[in-house]
Amino acid sequence: MIAENYITNTCSIFNDTVHKNDLNAFENKGADLSAFLLSAYQHFQFHYPKFYKMDNLSKLGWLASEILLKDDFSKYNYQPEEIGVVLANSNSSLDNDLKYSDTLKDIPSPSVFVYTLPNIVIGEICIRNNFKGEHAFFIQESFNAGFIAQQVNYLLDNNILQACICGWVDVLEQHYKATLFLVEKKKEEKSLLFSAENMERIFNKA
Amino acid sequence: MSVKDVFIVIDNILSPLGKTTAENFGQLKNNISGVKLHNDESLSSTPFYASLFDKDEILIADGSEFTKFEQLLIASISVALQNTAIDIKDKKTILIISSTKGNISLLETEANSPALENRIAMSTSAKLVAGHFGFQNQPVTISNACISGVMALLTGMRLLRTGEYENAVICGADVISKFIVSGFQSFQALSNDICKPFDKARTGLNLGEGAATVVLSTNKRFEGNIKIKGGAVSNDANHISGPSRTGEELAYAIKKAMKDADLGSNNIDFISAHGTATIYNDEMEANAIGLAGLQDVPLNSLKGYYGHTLGAAGLIESVISIHSLKESLLIATPGFEHLGVTSPVNVCASLTHINAGNFLKTASGFGGCNAAVVIGK
Repeated sequence: MIAENYITNTCSIFNDTVHKNDLNAFENKGADLSAFLLSAYQHFQFHYPKFYKMDNLSKLGWLASEILLKDDFSKYNYQPEEIGVVLANSNSSLDNDLKYSDTLKDIPSPSVFVYTLPNIVIGEICIRNNFKGEHAFFIQESFNAGFIAQQVNYLLDNNILQACICGWVDVLEQHYKATLFLVEKKKEEKSLLFSAENMERIFNKA
Repeated sequence: MSVKDVFIVIDNILSPLGKTTAENFGQLKNNISGVKLHNDESLSSTPFYASLFDKDEILIADGSEFTKFEQLLIASISVALQNTAIDIKDKKTILIISSTKGNISLLETEANSPALENRIAMSTSAKLVAGHFGFQNQPVTISNACISGVMALLTGMRLLRTGEYENAVICGADVISKFIVSGFQSFQALSNDICKPFDKARTGLNLGEGAATVVLSTNKRFEGNIKIKGGAVSNDANHISGPSRTGEELAYAIKKAMKDADLGSNNIDFISAHGTATIYNDEMEANAIGLAGLQDVPLNSLKGYYGHTLGAAGLIESVISIHSLKESLLIATPGFEHLGVTSPVNVCASLTHINAGNFLKTASGFGGCNAAVVIGK
């Protein structure tokens, strides 16, 4: 029989608010997205100079992953290859594609071009944490929790991974939403069963 | 967990070299490349080498409601499905699409609006293509830089292994636009000649357009067909636009893919490399192949025939390699003359007869991603 997997932490960033697990962790109403992301970065006292050069999709995903992992997750419990990242969104990297497209009239910038791929946010999270395991970026019309759960369960149940960050990170201009789940094989007091129903409930609450 | 065999039912390549796999394989056997010098202001203010469809090429009849990207997908899938008994409308059949940039060229011809943003979305294309053929399930769309095509094969294999689906129709495509050409130019990644994978004189890559389809099934009636036996993905965790310094992470994916296939390095008869002909990719890839114990295994890169077809590359190159297994002919690596990587690899420079049972397909891309699959008899 296949062992069950558990959601050990969650983080949602949506509607000017950061939620860590069930708690409202930060709020900054009325700022535009770039200012909001910077204010969250400052609020949590992160120090990571690479943050400033990221596009908004990577900033949003990177922030959500930092907040997701910051309290009680120790990556040293796992080998780098045992931790993976499986993400999805509906707008791919279009937010930054529009910005890159604008530079075509002038001089195209390699530092903007590199963010014209949705999986760069996965690369940023992997670089930050030295995660070297399986990863994938899927494009979905809307959050398909069942599909993500199936992909992540395959990776965990076949011992390809021992822990996985998964969820949704989407940005298009001022519209944005991130909901990340940390999925592990161990059950802790606050753990939730890793299921499409629980993912959807948390995603929709945000 | 018992692993189900996943058979390759049929395939197609749609490229500037031909509209069927047979046409494409024939051109490669005759050492004909699709890469040419293009002087097209709508793509680049300076001439550049690429493998592109003719502008007036008709991909599908009555295709006006579809973008060029969608027409490539539809045309390739249509040819692949012509002679199969796979039931597209069965609930056990899933469509998987891979692309890096999909409809992004629309940004160059249309004014931006919410309607355009929705039209560009890959999920819109996936839905239109699924609807055109009558697929019943919501399609899966993968956009993971240059490993998208290999990842699509791997995702299909895994979805079929779980038993949730019996058949997967996997199609990858990319269209070359000014957006893409200018980006690679800004990285100074384009070669000013036909690219030279693994060669001393290599200076960069060529871009290419194309699509490819692979149909997978676990149905026992395909027993005896070539199988997709295993695969894996890894991340360098090093740099978003430069590959690993050591190649250890790609080597890890290769080793995991061989283990998943229950095969050792002595069972791999040739390698279809990513081989983009950039200085850093080929150096890293050669290191990885050495670390995986495959330095003596014959290897080719098809980028000199097709250019780098981005989200289609892994599929196009896998299909050619599947036909190499069938015809016992390893395709050459055009542009290769003198080995120019630190860790030696066995580059196949000319068409070679080979008695092969299994091959390894590798891919790497921006974001530090690496993928490997093993396909064999």
